[in-house]
Amino acid sequence: MSKMVPLPTNSIIPERDLDKIPVLETRHLGIDFGGLTAVDEFNLTIGRTEIAGLIGPNGAGKTTVFNLLTKVYQPTRGTILLDGKETSGMSTVQVNQAGIARTFQNIRLFSSLTVEENVKIGLHNQVKYRTVSGLLRLPSYWNQEKIAHERALELLSIFNMEDLAGHRAGSLPYGAQRRLEIVRALATNPSLLLLDEPAAGMNPSETAELMENITKIRDTFQIAIMLIEHDMNLVMGICEGICVLNYGRIIAKGTADEIKRNPVVIEAYLGKKKEG
Amino acid sequence: MAFLSYLANGISLGSVYAIIALGYTMVYGIAKMLNFAHGDVIMVGAYIAFCATSYLGLPSIVAILLAMAVCTILGITIEGLAYKPLRAAPSLAVLITAIGVSYFLQNAALLIWGSAPKSFPSLVGIPPLKLFEGQLIITGEAIVTVIACIVIMIGLTLFTGKTRMGKAMRAVSEDKGAAQLMGINVNHTISVTFAIGSALAAIAGVLLCSAYPVLLPTTGSMPGIKAFTAAVFGGIGSIPGAMVGGILLGIIEIFGKAYISTQLADAIVFSVLIIVLLVKPTGLLGKAINEKV
Amino acid sequence: MSGKLSRASLNGFLNYGLVAAVFLIVQAMRAGGHVSNSLNGQLVPICAYICMAVSLNLTVGVLGELSLGHAGFMGVGAFSGVVAAVSLTNVVPSAGLRLLAAILVGGILAGIAGFLVGVPVLRLRGDYLAIVTLAFGEIIKNIVNCLYVGVDSSGLHIGMTNSNALGLAEGGKVIMNGPMGATGVPKLSTFFAGFLLVLFTLAVVQNLVQSRAGRAIMAIRDNRIAAESVGISITRYKLTAFITSAILAGMAGALFAMNYSTVVAKKFDFNTSILVLVFVVLGGMGNIRGSIIAATVLTILPELLRAFSDYRMLVYAIVLILVMLTTNNPQFRGLVARLLPHRREGDSDGSGKEVGSHE
Repeated sequence: MSKMVPLPTNSIIPERDLDKIPVLETRHLGIDFGGLTAVDEFNLTIGRTEIAGLIGPNGAGKTTVFNLLTKVYQPTRGTILLDGKETSGMSTVQVNQAGIARTFQNIRLFSSLTVEENVKIGLHNQVKYRTVSGLLRLPSYWNQEKIAHERALELLSIFNMEDLAGHRAGSLPYGAQRRLEIVRALATNPSLLLLDEPAAGMNPSETAELMENITKIRDTFQIAIMLIEHDMNLVMGICEGICVLNYGRIIAKGTADEIKRNPVVIEAYLGKKKEG
Repeated sequence: MAFLSYLANGISLGSVYAIIALGYTMVYGIAKMLNFAHGDVIMVGAYIAFCATSYLGLPSIVAILLAMAVCTILGITIEGLAYKPLRAAPSLAVLITAIGVSYFLQNAALLIWGSAPKSFPSLVGIPPLKLFEGQLIITGEAIVTVIACIVIMIGLTLFTGKTRMGKAMRAVSEDKGAAQLMGINVNHTISVTFAIGSALAAIAGVLLCSAYPVLLPTTGSMPGIKAFTAAVFGGIGSIPGAMVGGILLGIIEIFGKAYISTQLADAIVFSVLIIVLLVKPTGLLGKAINEKV
Repeated sequence: MSGKLSRASLNGFLNYGLVAAVFLIVQAMRAGGHVSNSLNGQLVPICAYICMAVSLNLTVGVLGELSLGHAGFMGVGAFSGVVAAVSLTNVVPSAGLRLLAAILVGGILAGIAGFLVGVPVLRLRGDYLAIVTLAFGEIIKNIVNCLYVGVDSSGLHIGMTNSNALGLAEGGKVIMNGPMGATGVPKLSTFFAGFLLVLFTLAVVQNLVQSRAGRAIMAIRDNRIAAESVGISITRYKLTAFITSAILAGMAGALFAMNYSTVVAKKFDFNTSILVLVFVVLGGMGNIRGSIIAATVLTILPELLRAFSDYRMLVYAIVLILVMLTTNNPQFRGLVARLLPHRREGDSDGSGKEVGSHE
């Protein structure tokens, strides 16, 4: 694990990413739902190739943070900088095109379509041709479809899922559905990948494999990954920087070791709910 | 004076729409289905009342009660036979079934009562109200319709707010599963909702045909569609919404006919609906639905 | 994907083959005089209804939005097509070309109507979209009923009061006469033209579904939020599907209208929209072949039921209810499965995808 250096914003990013613009920086990010503050003063910086963890007890506001970053919810206050550029006014679609892809806690696949089609839909803005070319089956249709097919299989091979390409996504076992969501998100060519409880419902051996694969994805694609997870083995095992959320506020930031020793965290979180 | 007269007509027609819309809205709220056969229950109610008075010579009030009883039984039967088996089915399957029921009722009525229009006798025995030295005449039918609408509205509000069954209905419309876990008999509650909706449809049928006395097997279709529109207009699932939507729709229709164009009245009504939905996508008094991500 | 055909494209070719085979058989039967007069008169309407069902399936089955106003687009296409055909009487002598022009004009105008309705309403969801499309269909019917269109040497005259107010010059011809509808419509439609339009409609819908845009449309149906999260513009692709569907309905409308000498707005009312929706649902959501078969069978069925005369619509209603119950109720389905032991699991599910539901 690389050495962590504190930043002015009290964030920590890996040393190797220090000379690059952080992939994500949030300042005073917050949202209220009908007068109730769900997330407040969320300040976080993520390095270009960092694997970051977002943990906290149930209802702490972790998924809300993902929804803010992907503009499913428009923030009430604060700014989000993606690659140093503000994302205010952007829609979910634009944020994805700008480089954030995500998975969902409650799996959201295109379940009546095949595995391959799911990945091809992820490639929507990567492999393009005009709708008219598709209607008339012009050469560009055949060329681009061929590329999409090859790219889809290539992406599926990360999780050795090429053989499942023709299966209906909704018919896959739970673990495979979670992996397919990651592949689909990767297909959009993100610079930051948000994983919402990627290991939920997986058995220990599947989880171990997932940990390897997450690291592999980061190394191959040279992207940043931020994940929400309750499996402390996974979080402590692969996350370089960990951010702990409670009641919508960050209560601690640091490396796995720092977080494990932090008395505030232990009281709020680990003390009550000892996992791993 | 013409303006006031149109307004009175509009409120009266709107009150009929409101009574029908209440049936739509209650069924939608609780069973989450668009009951396209509702308009045809109105027609059946009107035919029953017609037969009771014209063939059997029964007094108006008995005819109305009889129509309500028949429609209530009809509503419960339709629900039990056609909709209940589809409780877990896709909403479109239920919609098509409802359309099938609508076709069935219309064609059964055609076989029983024939295609010749029946001239419906007014069942309202109240003389017209003459105001401003006879310049403004409000018909007895209009007065009864408006009063009936207000009474029904108050009654339903009290019923859903105060009674056990009413509370059960609200619970089922919020969350069927949770209501069942709380010991509420969901099927029974839905049946009761259909019964009430159908009884209201019978009243609406009698009032509608008393004011517009041509009775045909297709009499219920257009008022049914308009009332459905009214329910959506006011915010489907909301009882006050159905009331407000119905009355506004009636007023817009009559004013449209009077001041813009008789032929284009329906187009005007539906255009207003579209505009309202664009400005307020869940209707005037509807609740916004948020999707959890 | 060279060399290996996907299941979807194989299915597509099967559909073309099926339509072509039926066309050839019917043509052979007609040549041999084995087709009754009443069925002969139904051939063009059947083609038009197939186009309607396939195009509505694009909105309801593929996009997953409930539309109750599809006949409205058919009506726009029908009347604009008739106006175009009559106006071109002297300019284009070839009946085939005039029909083509009428179908194109019908498609374009229905497409414009689809755009005008689609842009504002596609942000509504589920039942609300359904009611607005219903309202749209009624508005179209209402407007056509007050529309007077005539043509003379100086061009088209349009009015809303009566045919005399159009001020047509001598030799002018009233094309649309308010509530009387379009009268004196040239009967340009042929079974062959209908066959070609069915093939065209099939090609458009099938090619669209198997393309990038089609996948985007199905992604929106399956999971709107996930579709947005992978960068798919919801409005854009909803509109693509909706407008394509409207254009095809307009073309079908022009074909349909040019099969009769008189066309009235009532032909394109709510009941027609529902009729086409029934084709789609019974044929199976998103199942193109199902739509073709359902449209054909259900258009001929009422004719075949003539023996029951007065009871036929009643029988139709009962059949409709029973089919919905048998295909959607688990107990009924179990019963059917026992009676037909070889039926594959999952294939019986006529309307597998829930449409217009709130997630």
